[in-house]
Amino acid sequence: MKHIIEEESKYAASAKAFRANVARDLGNEELRSNFRGAMDYLMDKRKGAFSSEDELEVLREQCKLIKQRCLAKLPHLLEQLEGNLEKNGIKVHWAETITQANEIIAQLIAEKKGKSVVKGKSMVSEETALNDYLEERNVECLESDMGEYIVQLAKEHPSHIIMPAIHQNKKQVAKLFADNIEGFEYSTDVDILIQQGREVLRNKFCQADVGISGVNFAVAETGTLCLVENEGNGRMCTTIPDLHIAITGIEKVVEHLSDVPPLLSLLTRSATGQAISTYFNMISSARKPGEKDGPQEVHLVLLDNGRSQAFADEELKQTLQCIRCGACMNHCPVYTRIGGHAYGTVYPGPIGKMVSPHMLGLEATTNLPTASTLCGACGEVCPVKIPIPKILLRLRQESVKPKSQQPQVMKGQGAGRSSVEALIWKVWALVHKSPKIYALSMWGLTRFRFLMPKKLGGWTSVRTAPKPAATTLHERINAKQKKAKQSQQERG
Amino acid sequence: MQQLNTQHLRDYPKKPKQVYLFGTCIVDSFFPDTGMDAIELLEREGIEVIYPQGQSCCGQPAYNSGYKDEAKAVAMAQVKQFPLDIPVVVVSGSCGGMMRHHYLDLLGDDPEINNFCQRVFELTEFLVHVLRLKPIDKGPKERVALHTSCAARREMGVHITGNKLISQLANVELVIHDYESECCGFGGTFAVKHADISAAMVADKSKHLVATDVVRYVSADHGCMMNINGALDYQKQSLRGEHIASYLLNRIKGNASKGSL
Repeated sequence: MKHIIEEESKYAASAKAFRANVARDLGNEELRSNFRGAMDYLMDKRKGAFSSEDELEVLREQCKLIKQRCLAKLPHLLEQLEGNLEKNGIKVHWAETITQANEIIAQLIAEKKGKSVVKGKSMVSEETALNDYLEERNVECLESDMGEYIVQLAKEHPSHIIMPAIHQNKKQVAKLFADNIEGFEYSTDVDILIQQGREVLRNKFCQADVGISGVNFAVAETGTLCLVENEGNGRMCTTIPDLHIAITGIEKVVEHLSDVPPLLSLLTRSATGQAISTYFNMISSARKPGEKDGPQEVHLVLLDNGRSQAFADEELKQTLQCIRCGACMNHCPVYTRIGGHAYGTVYPGPIGKMVSPHMLGLEATTNLPTASTLCGACGEVCPVKIPIPKILLRLRQESVKPKSQQPQVMKGQGAGRSSVEALIWKVWALVHKSPKIYALSMWGLTRFRFLMPKKLGGWTSVRTAPKPAATTLHERINAKQKKAKQSQQERG
Repeated sequence: MQQLNTQHLRDYPKKPKQVYLFGTCIVDSFFPDTGMDAIELLEREGIEVIYPQGQSCCGQPAYNSGYKDEAKAVAMAQVKQFPLDIPVVVVSGSCGGMMRHHYLDLLGDDPEINNFCQRVFELTEFLVHVLRLKPIDKGPKERVALHTSCAARREMGVHITGNKLISQLANVELVIHDYESECCGFGGTFAVKHADISAAMVADKSKHLVATDVVRYVSADHGCMMNINGALDYQKQSLRGEHIASYLLNRIKGNASKGSL
């Protein structure tokens, strides 16, 4: 597996604009209240989904070990998966880059003279910007997941990997539908809104030539594609059109069928607090002779897009344990404040900070790993125990490492390095590793505390500046000990 | 970062005769009263406190900024300052987490480092689990809130100890603020590098603390408090935070407590 990262991803530009995006979205009161409300709801749901901390802990450990075992033999499992899928009549395609993935899919559609696609929810297809690519080639793509449909109507991107339209409230959705759906009867009742959206979608399922879906788990030993969903649209996409194309990342392969139940259980409970999703699809072949439904052809596109770069490093490899539940973003105090779009990447939140540097390079994403207090809320809830703060620290190290320093493990190494900051830390280390220089510096800081500026950049935009003490703790203790000695001598 | 729940996993030693105090760089230059109060608190329990004058900073600022070599040099210099096989009590959960967990990653898992890490205790953890402190409260009746730093909570697993100490004070009612476990937005250089996100976080944290209508909030981390108190001062709120070492000492001695800034 080679290290190829797409230069042309449209997300590189929006990720680079992280700071501007943050400034824009922090100022949007409605957006912030939508996120806060939704995240509070999701955190609550998750909390109620586990009978005890101990049960949760046992499950997390189990699922971590499953994913680690599967990753340990990833190349082998991928080959096994390909062999068993082909045996089942499912054609496998390999894509190193997002462009390759899009080309493969466009070619498959062209061969069938397909003109319209219905899509189940797939973040990997967001990663490849598949809709844009196909629409440029006059293939109509319709998102059939309700959240994705809303986002598509609004000409936006998903702001959350599980709940793509979580940034919109019901009033905003009602307005969007009123502007876009013919014959829409205005309502802000969620059930009525969804019902009207569904009617539009239902007609499209019957007309589409192609169904495109994602994959949650690809089982190597049986050649089975598992798809988790709540709306039934995934089942429609994968059964009604004659051609079904599934797309997923290479890390989604699991070894055994028996690996699926614990992962599924933890996925749905971590994501939405559901014991199980409303639908769980296991696709193991196209329509067989004598069967009345199902697609004539099924294809799987396996995408790398930087994943093998993470795979090559023991620590960063843990990034690939992710089962895309979204719990890390639901619990992230930064995500809750800035929302999903500010990241500018396909995957927002803590998981986005970890995977995006592999997909887009550190040049475009150098601000992401630093945009964390390392509070650890994400790592605490991660169902497969990815040490997220530790990986963010590692990415920070890669980002400030000199560009030429070996070994080079990441594209864009050193992108976040500034010579001024590097010098500051050099001086800082010099001061703090030498007791004499440290004592002198602290003496200076406390004696000249009147020189402490009242304005300290961003710190004092909402806070007053801290004031150094008149004397340091070192000095106070010294003085105390001298005094004690003196009184001892006087007594003695 | 291991999600250690030290309540269950840590083997606590018997009450020692001597301990080291690691004062932290923030306490050293900004809040020395806290260091003095922590020492008095320990001495009242009959413990001799050794404060090595060669100590400076745990290395966390550089470590969290990705400058591993620089952090390593400073961390190693600290380890050398604490050679005796006695506990190292740290007046901050965040620095404690750094020294207890991250030093292994930073300095390598050799016996000297491992021994050092095993000896690191956050102050409230030490007071509750090693000294089994039962503070006698001589202060007036009051309501306080408690802000636990994320590192104390998740790296040291000691969010329960602060709570336990305050709850033992007979005249103090502990009030739980909304989003109690949520980060205050400090995060070291994060507060400078992403000042606007940090500002949004500390605005919420201070709002939730003010909403409790307590006279004081208490924390075991001056990093968080520099952030929250700075915001409260800027907003001209009267509420202030006080380090738990000073708060406890004042309650035990019956002194009126004062917020530190």
